[in-house]
Amino acid sequence: MTTTQRIPPGAEPAGVPAALDRTISTESGRELAPPSKARRRASRRNTLAALGFISPWLIGFAIFTAWPIGYSLYLSLTDYDGISPAQFTGFDNYARLAEDPRVGQSLLNTLIYTALYVPSHIIVALVLAMLLQRAGRSAGFFRTLFFLPKMTPAVAVGVLFLLLFNGQGGLINEALGAFGIPGPYWTTDPAWVKPGLVLMSLWSIGSAVIILLAALQNVPKELTESATIDGANLWQQTTRITLPMISPALFFLAVVNTIAGFQTFTEAYTAFFGAGGESFQSDAALFYVIYLFRQAFEFFNMGYASALAWVLFLVIMVVTAVQFVVSKRLVYYEGDQK
Amino acid sequence: MLLARYEGIFMTARRLLPVTALAAATALTLGACANGGAQNAPGDNQAWYGGESDLTGELEIVGFGLGDEIAEVRHDLALEALGQSVDVTLVEGGLDIQQFLSSVASGDVPDLIYASRNQIGSLAARGAIVPLTDCIEGEDVDESQFREEALAQVTFDDEVYGIPEFNQVQLTMANAKLLDEAGLSIDDVNGSDPDAMAAAAEALVQRSGDDLQTIGVDSKLPEFFPLWAKARGVDLLSEDGRTANLDDPAAIEALEWAVGIYEAQGGFSAVKAFRDSADFFGEGNQFAADELGAMPMEQWYVNVLNDVSPDAPMAFDAVRTPEGEPIAFAGGQAWAVPAGTENGTAACRYATTMTAVDSWVTAAEARKEAREEEGGVFTGVLTGNATADEEIRGLLSDADEPWQQGIEAMYEANDAAVAMAANPADAEFTRIWTDAINSVLAGDAEPADALAAAQDEAQAALDEAWAEFDGE
Repeated sequence: MTTTQRIPPGAEPAGVPAALDRTISTESGRELAPPSKARRRASRRNTLAALGFISPWLIGFAIFTAWPIGYSLYLSLTDYDGISPAQFTGFDNYARLAEDPRVGQSLLNTLIYTALYVPSHIIVALVLAMLLQRAGRSAGFFRTLFFLPKMTPAVAVGVLFLLLFNGQGGLINEALGAFGIPGPYWTTDPAWVKPGLVLMSLWSIGSAVIILLAALQNVPKELTESATIDGANLWQQTTRITLPMISPALFFLAVVNTIAGFQTFTEAYTAFFGAGGESFQSDAALFYVIYLFRQAFEFFNMGYASALAWVLFLVIMVVTAVQFVVSKRLVYYEGDQK
Repeated sequence: MLLARYEGIFMTARRLLPVTALAAATALTLGACANGGAQNAPGDNQAWYGGESDLTGELEIVGFGLGDEIAEVRHDLALEALGQSVDVTLVEGGLDIQQFLSSVASGDVPDLIYASRNQIGSLAARGAIVPLTDCIEGEDVDESQFREEALAQVTFDDEVYGIPEFNQVQLTMANAKLLDEAGLSIDDVNGSDPDAMAAAAEALVQRSGDDLQTIGVDSKLPEFFPLWAKARGVDLLSEDGRTANLDDPAAIEALEWAVGIYEAQGGFSAVKAFRDSADFFGEGNQFAADELGAMPMEQWYVNVLNDVSPDAPMAFDAVRTPEGEPIAFAGGQAWAVPAGTENGTAACRYATTMTAVDSWVTAAEARKEAREEEGGVFTGVLTGNATADEEIRGLLSDADEPWQQGIEAMYEANDAAVAMAANPADAEFTRIWTDAINSVLAGDAEPADALAAAQDEAQAALDEAWAEFDGE
């Protein structure tokens, strides 16, 4: 059974043109009333106009993103040094990749870094956001303060890491020393290089704080007030109300930070590989994208580097897919109830 | 309000997120690799050379900077040699190899580049630069004037691809005061007695609790491993650039010894952290501040020390083999002409004028004058041209000690310098052996295991690169 419902003039949701009729679907998903020819023409005109407006971006995307992505897939099947013509080699690069011990080493380094980076970022950002929420009138000042380091160029952060985390004269160890804690050799001891880089990455945590602060401010006050009246303490309110209510924001940060973790490059490259040549380079900081960069732009194995890039793409795709599957059980979307 | 909008967008976008996230990921990681384009046939410049050459047009030079008298004076002489009709553009700063290769691939190349000599083999093998045999002959350059080791670094497949510029060699530099206090001399830390040098490291090191106060001896790993291996008679790469010798027993012994020097002082991590905290170019440098007993270092650091800490209690010598012979590894830059240049004639004239004996000597005279005005010591200039080196040495007057000792050590090291042969996998070869050393320094591998693995990897890289070059 089908029915057609016309939305009365003046009752359209915001942003919907009043002249347009709306069709309603049944639970089976069938469309109830086909639009008239005139309506279809208007709709097509609108679509074309919209495409016209976004065409600069579409053209840019096609030339500077889509084409390089497609071309790199082709390059991954070739032997290409950037100058000589690419020679098609089939899946040789992928076979070589499977036998390259540095691929496994760099991937493991990246996984460990990401495993440290994502939770530490979210936890610290959440704590700061919660503190900001209670900061009252000074919240704006602190919000700006936390966001400012985000403006620091990543290369500068890499250099800063070497200065702050120097095992002997660095400020971090000086501060630890003041409490009688002997600091480790953050920049030279392989066991401490990745934790040090993760700590340094907290320098630019500002955007995560802003996102979580916005999420916290959107948690309905009546929920926490009711919980307070019912005798719930702060911990219970946080774990039973606040975290579930901001879980979409937490999930968003988990996804984008995981991708950022897998792609980490600039700070570690600047700190450990920027000097190049024969200087000391810590293998503990040999992340996947750094190895990819090295193959592409130090050894000019562009085909092999492209294969490395596509493998990273697959790894990120799998990890992201797993995150989305898991999120179905853990993330609560208000208004998304069926 | 902000969050409401954000959540609305996010709820819609969450189904699209995998696509957008992966698109972003791909754009960032894949886009970087896709810079393919047109390519130039190597060696297609049509320049002819010699005094009769018609010098006109534009000359774009990349990788060279006018930082001091030596550069400025020679640059002025080169401009004079080019005449008024050549419009010279100098793109200062180091040569960006990625950018350069991209320019070669796109066919829009600079006319002359100033590159590290250890990059010449790879660039030549890829057809990114052209042979300069005609240029050298046409400009009447006496090839025999070039230092043998410098010429070897720019000669690939029996063709000269670069004109050597500055030369760099290593010296032993030590804090004479610390040596005296420990009852040692420069002979104990110059490598001539490896056991004595290891013992000196322990005797000179000073700690306060867990912190180092003075590094006894810094064996400068990983960068100077080829030097320590050569001191024991091992060339890490064969003369023809085709065979790696990384797992030679003498090379393993050299590495064990050099790493042992760090271990005797608390390990590489501690030494590196302390080294990194030093004011390397300032008046509070490691020697002036009594923070370092001894280390091998390139000769240009003598100038730095003399400039910023003329009263530092220095002692100098060449680095020596266990037989007491001086030894050094030559490094430095060279001029090279990219494939596809539109003004190879002017590029050749500029490069040959910059490296001519007269140019070097005139520049050295200007440097000497400038140093004397500053009240400093002119310590000479090392070039890839042996004749120029001799003439510049003739300009030197006796300096006060210890700087005179430094000058003599520098020339002694220069006369004994050797170099690794040019090869088509120089970047990979260097990376492979440094990675091996790094893994030992990090405590992840034993010297013999690390070098054995590196040997296999390096030989495979060399074989592949040579096979590609040989067209196999």
